[in-house]
Amino acid sequence: MNRRKLTERIFIALMLISLGAVILSLLGILGIIAYRGVTSISWSMVTQLPKGGYYMGKEGGILNAIVGSLYLGLGSATLALLLGLPIAFALQKEYIRPRWADLIRLSLDILWGTPSIVYGAFGFVVMLALGLRASLIGGIIALTLLMLPIMTRAIEEALRMVPKELKESAYALGATRFETSFGIIARQALPGIVTGVLLAFGRGIGDAASILFTAGYTDYLPRSIFDPVASLPLAIFFQLGTPVPEVQRRAYGAALILLGIVLTTSLTARYLSKRLSKHTIR
Amino acid sequence: MKDVSLEIPDGRITAIIGPSGCGKTTLLKSINRLIDINDGVKVDGEVLIDGDNILAPKADLLALRKKVGFLSQRPYPLPMSIADNVLYGPRIHKAGNGQVRAQIAELEKNCPLGLECDKAEDKKNGHHDALVECYLSLAGLWNEVKDRLDRPATELSIGQLQRLALARALAVGPEAILADEPTSALDPISSQLIENQFKLLKKNYTIVIVTHVLRQAFRLADYVAFMYMGELVEHGPAEQVLKNPKQERTIAYVKGEFD
Repeated sequence: MNRRKLTERIFIALMLISLGAVILSLLGILGIIAYRGVTSISWSMVTQLPKGGYYMGKEGGILNAIVGSLYLGLGSATLALLLGLPIAFALQKEYIRPRWADLIRLSLDILWGTPSIVYGAFGFVVMLALGLRASLIGGIIALTLLMLPIMTRAIEEALRMVPKELKESAYALGATRFETSFGIIARQALPGIVTGVLLAFGRGIGDAASILFTAGYTDYLPRSIFDPVASLPLAIFFQLGTPVPEVQRRAYGAALILLGIVLTTSLTARYLSKRLSKHTIR
Repeated sequence: MKDVSLEIPDGRITAIIGPSGCGKTTLLKSINRLIDINDGVKVDGEVLIDGDNILAPKADLLALRKKVGFLSQRPYPLPMSIADNVLYGPRIHKAGNGQVRAQIAELEKNCPLGLECDKAEDKKNGHHDALVECYLSLAGLWNEVKDRLDRPATELSIGQLQRLALARALAVGPEAILADEPTSALDPISSQLIENQFKLLKKNYTIVIVTHVLRQAFRLADYVAFMYMGELVEHGPAEQVLKNPKQERTIAYVKGEFD
């Protein structure tokens, strides 16, 4: 009896320790980024392009990276959603045999686990073959590939959580598979779909390796999708890489901005999905 | 299931009774081919509705399900407002104003239910509002929800949801209603409301109800089919099957010897 109680206590202690570790690391990351970032962020940093010698500690800002990251993130998230949503629906058993669906799921899971530098290298090869240079469109394509498995799998899980009886209700009223999927199931699974999009967006906008070769880097704003484009992760990387302490500190400012973008999108999307899903069955 | 051959009388309530797992629901869901959604089901034979075999490869599934409404054991509201739940069927079937008007006129003519649907012309959203009111009244739910038609359907109690599901199914304009133990998840009062609605509706609809509550079959059914282990053991007018069954297994079931 005592032994059972002891096991119980040890187990609870273990859970508390793990919980504490997670919360502490979260607070640690946020705290350090915020502390070091806030002191270096200035109005000029978010409104100006880098001027000559910016990376040596001179004047300017990283507007190029902020705008570039937004273009890259929003562009690839949109593209990945347009591709991922149909795939997620196709994996439901109304459309495809379970055996094939399992195979596709496995492929997506492998893609999910693929390091992002591999996507970068793959995108680079494709770009060379197409005769493109590092560009916004190249970065968007690489990031779309990176986001696709994450988004598709997350959305698909959300779709699978929809009660079978709800589908049955729609079919029983004479709805087609399309009407049932996009009119009923998607509406019911909306919060899950939003979560999936956010998960992929956060992963994509923060990724440096896949866009290193495909999007390139520039001190200017892109004028077309075929121009190279800067990004926050690479801005952080380049600024941390300089020997100048002041510029290194600016890297934390850039990191803070990146965190801010992800946080703002998450909160907005969650708020919207809550507003839109007041009819959802819980 | 084996050797099931059953003629379902028009404009009556037919009850399919039998112990759990005897194939009642499977039989019921074959009538509107909802069974197709389940895995590993193979359907053989013919199901004739108005002379058309609905199992034929060319059968129009959507038209079939429009003609044959369905109530499930546990009601699931569609993730939208109360009014939109009722309107969903007419919307997907692209019912125009003329068709809606005809549907309502038909209801008023054949259903002296004390239906108090106001005239469509007097309303802001015209025919759609009238449609919502008519079918919610027909399902016996109107008075409880008339002030909150725009609220999410999920706010309703399970008994109200089942009546909403009934209104939703009726709004499509079916000729028959299949009900799969429609009261088994409900409290006694809600069950009674549904039963009363069924008694009213049988004037205009052919109703097939699956139930394992014998008393419900007694109260509602005009015609009874008794199934056991996937077999159709006995069927006939309710009086005969429930009071003077011929088959031994039916006698035992009606006496309550197995459940």
